[in-house]
Amino acid sequence: MQFHRAHVLVCHGTNCSLKAPQSIVDAFRGALKEHGLEQEVRVVETGCFGLCEQGPTVVVYPEGALYCRVTPGDVADIVAQHLLKGRMVERLLYREPALVKTVQTFPEAQYFQKQVRVVLRNCGLIDPESIEEYIARGGYLSLGKALTTMQPAEVVKVVSDSGLRGRGGAGFPTGLKWRFAARAERQPKYVVCNADEGEPGTFKDRLILEGDPHAVLEAMAICGYAVGASRGFIYIRGEYKLSIAMLETAIKRAREIGLLGANILGTGFDFDVEIRLGSGAYVCGEETALFESLEGGRGEPRIKPPYPTDRGLWGQPTVINNVETLANIPHIIEKGAEWFRGLGTPSTPGTKVFTLCGDIVNGGLIEVPMGITLREVIYDIGGGIPGGRQFKLAQTGGTSGGCVTEELLDVPMDYDSMAKAGTALGSGALLIMDDSHCIVDIAKSFARFFVHESCGKCVPCREGTKRIYDIVDGFSRGRGTARDLELLELLARTLYMTPLCPLGQTAPLPIMTTLKYFRDEYEAHMQGQACPAGVCPGLGSGLTKEVGAW
Amino acid sequence: MFPANPQYHYEKEVEPKVISSMPTTPEPVLARVDSIIAQHRETLGALMPILQGIQQELGWIPEAAMHRVAEALSMPPDKVYSVVSFYTLFSTKPKGKYVIRVCESAPCHVEGAAAIIAELEKQLNIKMGEVTPDRQFSLEFTSCVGICGVAPAIMVNDEVHGNLTPAMVSQVLSKYK
Repeated sequence: MQFHRAHVLVCHGTNCSLKAPQSIVDAFRGALKEHGLEQEVRVVETGCFGLCEQGPTVVVYPEGALYCRVTPGDVADIVAQHLLKGRMVERLLYREPALVKTVQTFPEAQYFQKQVRVVLRNCGLIDPESIEEYIARGGYLSLGKALTTMQPAEVVKVVSDSGLRGRGGAGFPTGLKWRFAARAERQPKYVVCNADEGEPGTFKDRLILEGDPHAVLEAMAICGYAVGASRGFIYIRGEYKLSIAMLETAIKRAREIGLLGANILGTGFDFDVEIRLGSGAYVCGEETALFESLEGGRGEPRIKPPYPTDRGLWGQPTVINNVETLANIPHIIEKGAEWFRGLGTPSTPGTKVFTLCGDIVNGGLIEVPMGITLREVIYDIGGGIPGGRQFKLAQTGGTSGGCVTEELLDVPMDYDSMAKAGTALGSGALLIMDDSHCIVDIAKSFARFFVHESCGKCVPCREGTKRIYDIVDGFSRGRGTARDLELLELLARTLYMTPLCPLGQTAPLPIMTTLKYFRDEYEAHMQGQACPAGVCPGLGSGLTKEVGAW
Repeated sequence: MFPANPQYHYEKEVEPKVISSMPTTPEPVLARVDSIIAQHRETLGALMPILQGIQQELGWIPEAAMHRVAEALSMPPDKVYSVVSFYTLFSTKPKGKYVIRVCESAPCHVEGAAAIIAELEKQLNIKMGEVTPDRQFSLEFTSCVGICGVAPAIMVNDEVHGNLTPAMVSQVLSKYK
């Protein structure tokens, strides 16, 4: 093995790579060659660091210097100054938004200080295409530990004791799911990884798979051992090209060295994983709809019960877990349930990966302990609202989540507290909006999403989402009446109670929370025929003279 | 018109409304379809991988191809059509060489997707959902594609472009012209 005195890590996540890191990698390789450093310095294409807003990001080790918004033109400087002479290139270093401090190394930045990286511990540190680097960071140790020193029932017990809850949005206890599946007698059983991430504002699964694909494979194998399954499927969105490529490489390498396939580590345990692609349907993120799609049909949810652990894929007992849930498993097996319970809150132990987007200084990917407040996330980690504007509302949990305003910013974020506050933690998407936005316009965007994504199987959802859109659209055109608001509330209650799957049940939540907190804005649209933010076309802006977001 | 399967007889009023712009699908194209079918037919749940293969290969799924698939998998053609019409990445009509998918979900909406859409429509001189007359560009909506970190974003075929402003649209388009 060759040793290098320095490593240049170039973020290759989708968010950064659309600003062309390949040309940055090429520029680094070229410049290093020019200076005769190619033997001493290694260039690694790695997963996301999380600072998507500041991308493309480059980290130079051993110092851990964090360079932001790097262009191929800057590369020559970094090589000539930093790598050759040992002087950091100040103008490119990460700038703390609040403190206006310039010299920032990777661990020093406040953006990272409040974070606890369990799921993302390898993202941005290893080359995701190298199984050796994953193993060097303790990878596949947990699989070995489970296979050689633990009974399947013990593995299930550790996961149950850890209190891990599903990170896909519903927060169902993972250990319970595994226990039910392990108890089922029929064979074959299946393990499915739900990577059909469609919730607007969520991109955590994509970046986990791009940065650390082996963690998910290892977890699936552990799950297979625990419940007695020998076949796994990863159902991933067809649009996630880079994640798919990373997974394919990872599966191939794991098979080559015998960590997937027949007789893993000589223990007689067989497990293999296949990738299946989605074709663009949000509803396929619902577990039974995902099974329908995987089996080769329209992705329409099934009636539950029977639950997947009893009758799932092809009618067989199936464990289905989200990417982030699975990525927690190897650490729990390695360090034990007690360690995991030490993170987060008693009802929801562990960490959560959040994706920050909208009107925030540092948009991107963060991982924090459960129970952190939204205020800390927005102001301490996210750097606050840009452009000196005021915070208006945040939507938690993606488009199917609810909206919160200033007074709810101090609610601890875990599944139960958020539900009590009338919103949802969901998939961990946080969409921050400032005061330039019109609430009716935002609500219309939510409503349109559900009209498009309703699968049409059950009537309440198919018709209800359409009617909600019609009413909100009416408001944005100045046609809304007081009666419409009553109808909207009635419709929302019906839609909450009657549909087949969570898509329909959660569809009214975002709209109703906007109505709850900003009823006056809806009323301004109907009475004064004015859009206070001046966004809705055809309506005069009554209260302020702001031009709006665009 | 198509190699209909005599097993499934359609009444006139329930005939699936698939409109092929080509009167017949040429034999070499169907041969490519057949090879995709042969590649996947043994996998469990073969329908999706086959349709994804055809969509990838031809850029759309002609009616004749759906019949081939139905025959190969011994299922009614309407089942194949129902699946094709369910998913947004499958198309029953030919598209432009470059399919521009514009995200209009909340995070992109908040960051100004509407202005990007207006600019794209202006530059290409077509409306959302249409194809340019020279068949170079299709313009369509998509739901969130998980690149919200750099909203507003669009996808041109498999390539992602983010942090867009209306001024950048012509620059992006010029890459493909």
